[in-house]
Amino acid sequence: MGEVLFFVAGIGAVAGAIGVVAVRNPFYSVLALVSHLVCLAALFLLLRAEFVAAAQVVVYAGAVMVLYVFVVAYIGGQDEPLGPRAGRGLKLVSAVFGGLLFVELCVATLGSGLQLIDSNGTPVPDDFGSAQGIGRLLLTTYLLPFEVASFLLLIAAVGAVVLARRRGGMSSAEDQARYTAMDLLRPAYTGTMAEGVGGRRRLPAAAAAAAPAAPAAPAAPAAPAEDA
Amino acid sequence: MDIGWYLAVSALIFTIGAGGVLTRRSPLVILLCLELMLNAANLALIAFSRMHGNADGQIFAIIVMVVAACEVTIGLGIIVAMHRRRLPIDVDEMRELQG
Repeated sequence: MGEVLFFVAGIGAVAGAIGVVAVRNPFYSVLALVSHLVCLAALFLLLRAEFVAAAQVVVYAGAVMVLYVFVVAYIGGQDEPLGPRAGRGLKLVSAVFGGLLFVELCVATLGSGLQLIDSNGTPVPDDFGSAQGIGRLLLTTYLLPFEVASFLLLIAAVGAVVLARRRGGMSSAEDQARYTAMDLLRPAYTGTMAEGVGGRRRLPAAAAAAAPAAPAAPAAPAAPAEDA
Repeated sequence: MDIGWYLAVSALIFTIGAGGVLTRRSPLVILLCLELMLNAANLALIAFSRMHGNADGQIFAIIVMVVAACEVTIGLGIIVAMHRRRLPIDVDEMRELQG
């Protein structure tokens, strides 16, 4: 039973990996990676790593892949030609490099002379890999890496906001006629969603005052200007 | 199932990911191939953890997942910034770090 599950999950994982590389549409690449991750979670379960398998499905296949799908939809997943400029030479070189890498990895892991490699592994206690065992390890022995990982996640979140915010802005500060409490609390152009969908709110009087001065005003405030 | 089989699958997935990084040109797909390589390393870590009957390798795998999530976030932020500035989404065109 274990052998059948291993081969089904292993073949699924390798096929998903090939699908990620070979498919031309990035959207289908993401979907292939999701199937690859689910098959890999099955392999983790066979290795008695239940908590890691659950985290793999929930965090990776659930959250990170949704982020990928959003970005692919945002930049428009255009089909990419598989290297007409790169030519045949680069592909040959990369195939040779991949083969050498595979041989080297097999030598490094399978040829390491470890006696347990040809066994099913040592017998383990009942809470091996469960949420209880992992949690105890994380909060006692590995408390410092756990805290450092949380800080790393915070840095990454701040970095993503700084990288992906809108630079330059769509409306100048003079256009803003009325300030809300949030506007005073946060500096301008911090990349909020209100700025992303087209600037802050503008009063009709301010739009009318701005319209004759700036003939190249955007089309959106034209209707309030007529009312005034 | 022998632990060696898991290690062979791990090496195969890592090789496929490395080949994808070398051949593809879209940075999105390159990030996906990096995910493949990190997951292959995770599989090897967990296989060795099972082999020794010691759960420390699983902690290592969880930390690798955290680092992978951070890397994806920053990478996708860079891609969104490239798209905002009307730059081509192609790593061959992006040769310069400046501006």
